[in-house]
Amino acid sequence: MLGEAICLELLEAALAACECDQAEAILYSTNSSLTRFADSVIHQNVAEREVMISIRAVLGKRIGCARGNQPTKDEVQSVARRAADLARVSAEDEHFVSLPGPQPLPEVPTYSDATAASTPESRAKAVANIAAIAEKHGGRASGSFAADSAEIAVANSLGLRAYFPATDASLITVIADDDSSGYAEWRGTDLSRLDPEALAHTAARKCVDGRGAEAVPPGQYTVILEPLAVGDMLFMLGYMGFGATAFQEGRSFMCDRIGEKIAGDNITIWDDATDPCQRAVPCDWEGVPKRKTVLIESGVARSVVYDSYTAGKEGKQSTGHALPAPNTLGPLPTHLFLAAGDAAPEDMVANTNRGILVTRFHYTNIIHEKQTIFTGMTRDGTFLIEDGKVTKPVKNLRFTQSIVDALSNVEMIGRGAQLTEYAYVPALKIASFSFTS
Amino acid sequence: MKEVVNRAVQRAATAGATYADARVIITRHQSINTKNGTAEALTDATNQGIGIRLIADGAWGFASTSSTAPADVDDTADLAVRIARASATLSTGHVELGPQEPVQAEWSSQYEVDPFSLPLEKKLAFLLEADKIMREVPGLDVATGELNFVREEKWFASSEGAEIVQTRIQSGGSIEALAQGNGEVQRRSYPSSLDGDNANRGFEFVERMNLPANARRTAEEAVALLTADPCPSKTTTLILEGSQLALQVHESCGHPTELDRVFGTERSYAGTSFLTTDKLGDLRYGSDLVDLYADATIPGAMGSFGYDDEGVPAQRVDLVKQGIFSGYLSSRETAARLGLKSGGAMRASGWNRLPIIRMTNINLAPGRSSLEQMIRETDDGIYAATTKSWSIDDLRMNFQFATEIAWEIKSGQLGRIFRNTTYQGITPEFWGNCDAIASQDEWRPWGLLSCGKGEPVQIMWVGHGVAPARFRSVRIGVGGESG
Repeated sequence: MLGEAICLELLEAALAACECDQAEAILYSTNSSLTRFADSVIHQNVAEREVMISIRAVLGKRIGCARGNQPTKDEVQSVARRAADLARVSAEDEHFVSLPGPQPLPEVPTYSDATAASTPESRAKAVANIAAIAEKHGGRASGSFAADSAEIAVANSLGLRAYFPATDASLITVIADDDSSGYAEWRGTDLSRLDPEALAHTAARKCVDGRGAEAVPPGQYTVILEPLAVGDMLFMLGYMGFGATAFQEGRSFMCDRIGEKIAGDNITIWDDATDPCQRAVPCDWEGVPKRKTVLIESGVARSVVYDSYTAGKEGKQSTGHALPAPNTLGPLPTHLFLAAGDAAPEDMVANTNRGILVTRFHYTNIIHEKQTIFTGMTRDGTFLIEDGKVTKPVKNLRFTQSIVDALSNVEMIGRGAQLTEYAYVPALKIASFSFTS
Repeated sequence: MKEVVNRAVQRAATAGATYADARVIITRHQSINTKNGTAEALTDATNQGIGIRLIADGAWGFASTSSTAPADVDDTADLAVRIARASATLSTGHVELGPQEPVQAEWSSQYEVDPFSLPLEKKLAFLLEADKIMREVPGLDVATGELNFVREEKWFASSEGAEIVQTRIQSGGSIEALAQGNGEVQRRSYPSSLDGDNANRGFEFVERMNLPANARRTAEEAVALLTADPCPSKTTTLILEGSQLALQVHESCGHPTELDRVFGTERSYAGTSFLTTDKLGDLRYGSDLVDLYADATIPGAMGSFGYDDEGVPAQRVDLVKQGIFSGYLSSRETAARLGLKSGGAMRASGWNRLPIIRMTNINLAPGRSSLEQMIRETDDGIYAATTKSWSIDDLRMNFQFATEIAWEIKSGQLGRIFRNTTYQGITPEFWGNCDAIASQDEWRPWGLLSCGKGEPVQIMWVGHGVAPARFRSVRIGVGGESG
C-alpha cells in the first residue's frame, strides 16, 4: 500500500507538470494474486504488483491522454507532459464541456483486511479442501481463487480529490468427471464471507446430478435461469443499451422509449455501486460520486447512466459511471441489480410443467442490439423439468433470445439474490426462451 | 535489462528454484480513435515490468512487478518461490519440461517506417480524412476510425542459459460506419471489424490499407443495410470472406488445438476441447481440401516472433492435414506429455502474465479456386463478410457467427444484400463440407488483437492466413432478428 498521502502527492506533481487548461490524474495501484487449479492440482499460481498513472490533459476542447507505470515524480511528470503534447495536436471535440468539479463522496465499505491478508498458502489450503470434496463425489476440481487489493486515487485541476483502497476476491470452481460437470462461484470484497467447502458441495452436486445427460430437441422452452445466467443476461443488456453513448448514438433499445413499458411489471433494474451487496466503490474513474440510477422501474424504461462527457452533451449531471479515460465505450453500469421476488427455488421448479433449468451461460454475444437478441450456450448443469420436478440432465443447448422479450415474460422471481461477475440478481422463471441448437 | 533478467534467474535459484525464467518487457502503445470528425481518444502509454516464472518443490510459481529495481526484483523472485511451494502442496510433485537447447539470440520484426517516428498529426489526419468521406454519405450516423501502434522490447533469460532479446513494431487499424433507424443498427467496417487488421509491420502497413479510398463504400453499405432484406432462414451454400474465415479458423481450429485446453487446464474458464489426444491422427476434422497449420515464422504476420516465451524457436506445425486432425499447439511441458518437442506456442500478453499456450498464426492453406469461381459455381447461397458476432461452446464444436453483411448468390451471380446474417454449425461437419478454397493469389494473413484466454485474462495478438472458402449445407438465418 502506498497510502493516500503518497498517492495524492504523485497526482499533485502530475497536475503541476501538465501545462494545459484542465487536467485529470489517476493512480491505480494493484497487488493481485490468483491461484488456479485443474484436475485437482494447482497448475498456475501468480502474483502481480503494479502502479499505473494515467493523465488526461485538456486544452480548450482538445484532449490527450498518456499513461505510465513507474510511480516516481519524474515519471508522472513525464506522463503529464506527454498528455499535454497530445492535447496540443488533437482535434477539437465540440461536445466536451469540462472535467467534473469536486463533490463529497459517500462512505462505502470497499476494503477488507481478510482479503488483503490472503496468502498463497491459505488459497492452496482452500483449494485442497475443494479437491477433497470433489474426490468424494467421484470428480476432479478446477477453478481459480483470486484475491486483489488496490488503491485508486483521482485528482483534477478543478480541485477534485478522491482516494480509496479496495479489495476484490473470487472463487470459482468446476467439479467434473468424464461425463458431467457442475459449477459454483463466489465473488465479493470480503474474503471472510467465503465458504469454499459450500461452493464445492454445490458444484459437486451439480456434477453428480448431471451424469447421463440426454439431448433434447431445440425449441421454445420455459426456463428457470439461476442467478449466474441472469447476471450474464443483465450484463449483456447493460452493455447494449444502458450507457449514454449507445443512447445518444441511437443504438440503445432504450432510445425513444423512456417512460414506456418495455418489460414486465415485475422487472425493476438499477445500478448502485454504493450498495454493499455489490463490490462497492464511492466514485467513478473521474472521481464523481456513484449515484443509484434506476434503469427500468416496474417494466418502464427510466434512464441510462452518464459520465461527465455524455452528461455535458445533454446538460445533465454525471451519474458517476465513467470508465477510465480515454475510452470509446462511454459510461456503463458496472453494479447492476435486478429486484428479487418471493419465490423459493423449489417452488419455481414445482410450478413448471415442462422446462429447462440453467446453471449458467457460456460465451454470450450480441446478435441484434435494438432487439436485444443475444446468443450463447448453457454450461455446467442443464436439467429438464417435467411435471414440477427436475427429471434428468440434458446436454448443453444453444439459445438465441431477445433479452427484453425474456424480461417481458418472467413468471416467477427468486427470493434471494447472488452477486455474479456482473450483477446482483435472483433466479428467474421465464415462460418462453428460444433454444436454437 | 539483460542484467535484470539474469539477476532474477539467479535470485530464484538461490531461493530454491530448480528452474527459472524471467522476462522484462518495455512497451510503448499509441492509439488514435476518431469519431465524427473529432479525436475521441488519443493515448500514448508506456509500460514496463518483469515476470519471473519458476519451479520449486516440483511445482510452478509466478510473480511479477512493474519495478525493475534490484530489491524489488529480488523480492519478486522470492515471492515466486513461496508461491511455487504453496502450489506444491497440491501438485503432481514434478514438472517435466521437454528438452530445449538454450538459445542466445536477438530477433526483430521488419518494418519500413517506424510509426513512432511520424508526427501524431499525420496519423490523426489520415484517419480524419476517411472519417470525413464516410460522413459525406447521406444517412450515416457515426463514423469512427482507429489506429494502433506498439513497440515492444523483450529480454528473456532462463536458468538453462537462454538469453534472448526480441523487438517488434506493430501497426494496424480500421474504420467503421454506423447507421441506425427503423429499429435497426447496422455497421460496416474496413478492412475488418473488431480491432481491424494488424501486423508486425511499420506505418507502411496502415498506408497500404488505404482507409480513405474505402471509406465511401463502407459507409454506403452501412446505410444500405438498414433497408436490406433480412437473411433468410435455410440450409444453403456459404462462401466466407477472408476476415470472417480468419475468425472461423480462430474459434474452431485454433482454440481446440491448444494442448493445455485438451489437458483440461482451461476447463473452469474457456473450457476444454473436442480434439482429445485419442483422436490425434485419426479424426476427420474436415474435407480432403482442408490443411490447417500454425506458423510463427511468417514475416510481418501478427502471430509471428523469433522465440516463444519459453525460448523455443518459432516454427511451423501441421494441425490438420488433408482433413485429418494431425497436431497441436504446445508448450515444453504439454508436448512432453505426448513425447513430443514443444511446438513453440507459449506466449504471455505482458510481463505481468504467465506464458500459456496461445495461437501463433493459424492458417488455412490456399486451395485452387478463386472467389469469383466459387461464386460462379454456386446456384444458391450467400457470400458473407466481416465479423459481427461470434459464440462457440466450451468444447469448440457448436458455433454461431453473425456477419455484418451478406450477398445473395443466385445462379452464379451476386445479388441483393442481406442484413443480420447468421450461420450456425458443428465444427467437423462444417469443415467437412468445405468444397473449395481460393488460391494463393487471394491468401493473406489477418491480424487480430483481442484473443482472450486464461485467468487472470490475457488478451493476445494472433494471426490467421486464409483465402476465401466455400462450405455446403450450412444453416443460415438463425434468430438474427425477430418480428
